[in-house]
Amino acid sequence: MSVTNSIKEVSIKNLSKIFGRGAVKPGESYGAPGIGSSTAISVFTSITLIFLWWFITNMGWIEPLFLPTPEAVLKKFADVSSEEFAGSTLWGHTKASLFRVFGSFFLACVTAIPVGIAMGVNRIFRGIFDPPIEFYRPIPPLGYLPLTIIWLGIDDVQKITLIYLAVFAPMALSARAGVRSVTIEQIQMAYSLGASRGQVIWHVIVKGAMPEIITGMRIGIGFGWTTLVAAEMVAAEAGIGHMVLSAAEFLVTDVVIMGIFVIGAIAYMFDLFMRFIERKVVPWKGKM
Amino acid sequence: MSVLELKSVSVIYPPATKTGEDVHALENITLNITGNDFVVALGASGCGKTTLLNVMAGFIQPSGGEVLLDSKPIKGPGADRGVVFQQHALLPWLNVIDNTSFGLMLQKMKTDERTKVASKYLKLVGLEEFQKHYPYQLSGGMRQRVGLARALTSDPAILLMDEPLGALDALTREIMQELVLDIWRETGKMVFFITHSVDEAIFMATRLIVMSPRPGRIIKSYNLDFYQRFFKTRDARRVKSQQEFIDVRQEVLNIIHGDEIRIDQG
Repeated sequence: MSVTNSIKEVSIKNLSKIFGRGAVKPGESYGAPGIGSSTAISVFTSITLIFLWWFITNMGWIEPLFLPTPEAVLKKFADVSSEEFAGSTLWGHTKASLFRVFGSFFLACVTAIPVGIAMGVNRIFRGIFDPPIEFYRPIPPLGYLPLTIIWLGIDDVQKITLIYLAVFAPMALSARAGVRSVTIEQIQMAYSLGASRGQVIWHVIVKGAMPEIITGMRIGIGFGWTTLVAAEMVAAEAGIGHMVLSAAEFLVTDVVIMGIFVIGAIAYMFDLFMRFIERKVVPWKGKM
Repeated sequence: MSVLELKSVSVIYPPATKTGEDVHALENITLNITGNDFVVALGASGCGKTTLLNVMAGFIQPSGGEVLLDSKPIKGPGADRGVVFQQHALLPWLNVIDNTSFGLMLQKMKTDERTKVASKYLKLVGLEEFQKHYPYQLSGGMRQRVGLARALTSDPAILLMDEPLGALDALTREIMQELVLDIWRETGKMVFFITHSVDEAIFMATRLIVMSPRPGRIIKSYNLDFYQRFFKTRDARRVKSQQEFIDVRQEVLNIIHGDEIRIDQG
């Protein structure tokens, strides 16, 4: 009886250690969710996953048709870098996709951000843009892909339009939300210093909305990559999405996986870049 | 010499619900601020103090009566009336010197010129060392000082201060009361100052107006000179513990509470 009790006690003690129920060390705040660094664990997880992939495929437990070895994928990366696959080299595919994604992203930046700001500061703009944006925003781009083909054909204009539409809505809505994060005191302050309406919008509202605008850009480019493969499904001559889909048709699984990794790597690097920009442009985010 | 005049000003807010009644936020307020008046408005929440300030700032149009600055009607906000907000309202993306010179930047003054003017006022509020700091690196009291310096840069006729010390801790608040008085004496500006604190009101005011809610109106006005005793002795705590100070405080508290009881009874 006493033995089972002490076992119970020990296990409760260990549990409370894991879930942080005891008092914390000085310098930590009690009850803060998820305190502590997770970098080491993330590195460990990544290495373990790659190792498992390598181990299982090299033991021959899975057909290469379903999951090729990491070495094979790396080799394909080198091969396709120099030789053409599905009409182009890897760099050719990447270039085509980068042009589409960043072209759309750029167009969305110069249109969605002003539209979002205008919706935030003016009821007429809000009244005009709110119904169309809220209507098409929840529709998956694959849903209106056929319509863009009927209207615009199958060249880059159609592809960029499709990605642009996917990027536009989240960016416009973020900019609009950013306007609301500016306090009424900041606006009244500017007016009481003699600001014109235009000055208030530029010097207070747009700058105050920057954190949300940048968040919107990060979300937007994410939608862009998501939509890229859909855009390159039909009649593309180059593009990473096109490369992956062609490879899948011929069951060249190592190219499929390689393409996925390339998209993932580019998207991740761009997000790191955006976070860097965020630290530079809005160092005050979350501090006031 | 500037004069800010309120003549029988009333402000009526539309009812909050369909069946509700109009809210008389201010009723028949007549007030003259001139010379180097330091007018303090004191009263419980909802007595219309902030509405009164918003009318002077030009944010709210009065429903009746007139508001004149140097005989000209106030039609909207302008740089001739500097506003200091309860929440400092600094722009987090600008450093202290740029926040301070924000108004001058809007007026398109040249950079080195506006830096010079802003530095002068930052020195006045004791922040000349912090020009390159950003608002998130400052304490609450320091932020409020930047807000004050910023309001002064456009050389307004009057400073409108909406509970500027309300969000500060008690010790910082005492220091800031002295600082505001010193700056008022130095610059000779008219001041309209809102507070919840009876001590603060009596200590700082040349004229104290006690306000009462529903409808918001002035129920009592005092001419006071405790600030002068502070200038003479530089000892704020002693001034605040003088018998006369305590007597005035008692009387003011009786007025405010008596008013509350009267309202509660009917």
